[in-house]
Amino acid sequence: MAIIERPEAAPAVPGAPLVPATVTPQSSLGAFKRPVTTTGWKSWLFTVDHKKIGIIYGVVAIFFFIVGGVEALLIRLQLAGPEGKVLNASVYNQMFTMHGTTMVFLFAMPMAAAFANYFLPLQLGARDVAFPRMNALAIWLTIVGGLVLNLAWFLGGAADGGWFMYAPNSGPIFSPSNGVDFWVVGLLIAGVGSLIGSINLIVTVLNMRAPGLSLMKMPVFTWMILVVQFLLVFSLPVITVALVLLMFQRSFGATFFDVAQGADPLLWQHLFWIFGHPEVYVLVLPAFGIISEVLPTFSRKPLFGYPFVVFSGAAIGFVGFGVWAHHMFASGLGPVSVAVFSIATMAIAIPTGVKIFNWTLTMWGGKIWFATPMKFAIGLVVLFTFGGLSGVTHSVAPSDTQQTDTYYIVAHFHYVLFGGMVFGLFSGLYYWWPKVFGKCLNERLGSWNFWFMFVGMNLTFGPMHILGLQGQPRRMYQWTENRAGEGFFDLGFWNLVSSIGSYVLAIGVLFFLINIVWTTKKEKQAPLDPWDARTLEWITASPPKEHNFDRIPKVSHLDEFFHRKYQEDPATHAMVSVKTAEEVLAIEEANAESNIHLPSPSYWPLVLAVGIGILGLGVIYGVPTMIIGSVVVLLAIFGWVLEPSVAEDFDYEGSSHDGGSSKELTTHG
Amino acid sequence: MADVAVQADHASGHSAHQGSTGLSNNKLAMWLFLGSECLLFGGLISTYMLYRGRVKDGPHPSQIYDIPFTSVSSFVLLMSSLTMVLAVTAAQRNDDRRTNLWLVVTAILGATFLGGQVYEFTAFYREGLGFTTSLFSSSFYTLTGFHGVHVSVGIIMLLVTMGVIKKNRVVGNKAESVELVGLYWHFVDIVWIVIFTLVYLIPA
Repeated sequence: MAIIERPEAAPAVPGAPLVPATVTPQSSLGAFKRPVTTTGWKSWLFTVDHKKIGIIYGVVAIFFFIVGGVEALLIRLQLAGPEGKVLNASVYNQMFTMHGTTMVFLFAMPMAAAFANYFLPLQLGARDVAFPRMNALAIWLTIVGGLVLNLAWFLGGAADGGWFMYAPNSGPIFSPSNGVDFWVVGLLIAGVGSLIGSINLIVTVLNMRAPGLSLMKMPVFTWMILVVQFLLVFSLPVITVALVLLMFQRSFGATFFDVAQGADPLLWQHLFWIFGHPEVYVLVLPAFGIISEVLPTFSRKPLFGYPFVVFSGAAIGFVGFGVWAHHMFASGLGPVSVAVFSIATMAIAIPTGVKIFNWTLTMWGGKIWFATPMKFAIGLVVLFTFGGLSGVTHSVAPSDTQQTDTYYIVAHFHYVLFGGMVFGLFSGLYYWWPKVFGKCLNERLGSWNFWFMFVGMNLTFGPMHILGLQGQPRRMYQWTENRAGEGFFDLGFWNLVSSIGSYVLAIGVLFFLINIVWTTKKEKQAPLDPWDARTLEWITASPPKEHNFDRIPKVSHLDEFFHRKYQEDPATHAMVSVKTAEEVLAIEEANAESNIHLPSPSYWPLVLAVGIGILGLGVIYGVPTMIIGSVVVLLAIFGWVLEPSVAEDFDYEGSSHDGGSSKELTTHG
Repeated sequence: MADVAVQADHASGHSAHQGSTGLSNNKLAMWLFLGSECLLFGGLISTYMLYRGRVKDGPHPSQIYDIPFTSVSSFVLLMSSLTMVLAVTAAQRNDDRRTNLWLVVTAILGATFLGGQVYEFTAFYREGLGFTTSLFSSSFYTLTGFHGVHVSVGIIMLLVTMGVIKKNRVVGNKAESVELVGLYWHFVDIVWIVIFTLVYLIPA
């Protein structure tokens, strides 16, 4: 990593364009130079800046959100009437499999990673993550994994075994198409990316906090992301094992899931769900973190019971590792296992309930401002509570055996994942949009967006409770008129309602996309602190400067930014405004640090990710492809290691130490 | 993984990177990676334990394991942990010559172990235990194969670290770079202790 030395502070006017910094690499090994472009598409492809990487994550996530959404709409179109003809059985299977896989691995996780990448360093008062090139590698691996997963559509049909891909059903006998191979390879690659990303973020949180920022002064969003990264570090290797076993069976003839050889059909289920249940919290905790920022800001009150929110989040993560078998109650585990996992699952409702109460009490007595981020946050609290309650009904094993593999399950997890996670992520998008792009998303369009999504989501997933309790199995590709029943429980009617709801929901999402375009074209620059926010990321310009902070902030309070703007009046004990956000920023700029070190861009994360992708395709297409992939991977690793490394501090004192590193200076203008 | 050792050089000499935990970024990352690896081997070992007795065709574990042979190669691998420690202490004393010496010895011991594993696999294959023969064979080769790959990566890391020290291209904290490789190496050894006990010593 090369270093940029900045002799002077960046321009002090908020929002003024930064002078692009020019980097001049003087490589000791001329073949491997650092890229120098700081504008245009190259600056995005080779970036190691956590903010740019965050934006790439966001774009990728929203793209796949649309892809997965279209898949969902086709599913609902097929089920809208009896004997649907839109999709045949085989394509239908691919559709729901890829809908689940896309939404979980290519929308939800990257979207959370977008927020985490962008805002973790900002909330910690750091200038970047701990390992910037690793960070770039993680995003490119995620993208390559997503491409491999979806490539299958064009190369013989996508995976069709459901998003949890139970073996032996996904073995070579029952799933002969290449789809599952693409699925396995794609998820392995994306999984490596997530693992690298999570180690990086944990190190960042634990090691790179600003002076004074103790763990219990960290914003709840940062806390929840930290918990999520720990979940990922310890659950991803387990699904890696499962995927490797399946790959060895499908591609190299191993016997792991071959029942004729005496294989245990529950092996995959255990391995998958040991990953899969923590994954559920991986998906939802970032949203919990986001609304724990939004609710206090828009209620003009500190978060009620901060330590309880933090520790209940950690408790959810911890207990989340001990409940996986509740996905398998119907598989005949035996009474002891079922009882243990049933009780553990009920126990997890306690920390979740604690959070719900804390959020409610945060709003209690507050001066609530119903801006769009707040609407989505309140939507989360309401809808997640519904989803949580139906979740408790699954934790009771006898009741769960009635519900397993029915639409009731589909209803439940869409309430927690759509109502919980997606609403939280949208809340974050509206809340942080002015921070990232300098403009607030349009409020009126935001309101339409929220209400269409809220109504649409309840119309889509509400009726599924009824469908499921009436016995409609999930993944059924057609239903027939004569078995639909009549009266209130007419499956035909509720399927139609659900399908209409899904299109209402889609219109809501469309409003969001329109809003992005509208805001970019029409809206004017937002004020520095549009929401009267509370945390550290608002102490810098919007969009943030390339080096984040002019000086590393010293933290003395939870909600540091709030405490810089407001101080307690000793007479009335009320918090009174002492400084505006602009004044707070002006103080920082006046005291800017002179030597700011930033990592410079690199070609090799992208090259390495592409190489790993080719290597992965080699598993499907044979040894020659694998060899090409290996060559690219080797080249990338050499490039990574040999490219000009950090110019260490002694370089700036003019002492040439070892000839291995180089001194790089920026010039302004 | 080879680049982790070199990444170590990048950050550690740098005041901004000295962490709030007192550990350097690189060491913390290595510990987290090893924590994650525990679960990886946990999954593979569980699979083996589930399948070790399930033999429909081909040899049964008790018929093919050569315990004395594997004990010797295990001993060689464990001794490499000792030499690794010597390399780390030499690095901490800033004694490049001895650091390199012990790194090479560690790599040679590791390679000896790998050679033993190759010999063992070939012998098993001749006795009719192919990768696809039975549930036992698939899970045995996968588990020990994964461990073997880890040893190979470790050897590459040892040699790269040695090369970097020889060329005097270590920018950051040299002792810590060696220590990081050591952490990984000890982990791989500890995993082997578990594998040797569960796979070879406990009768299926």
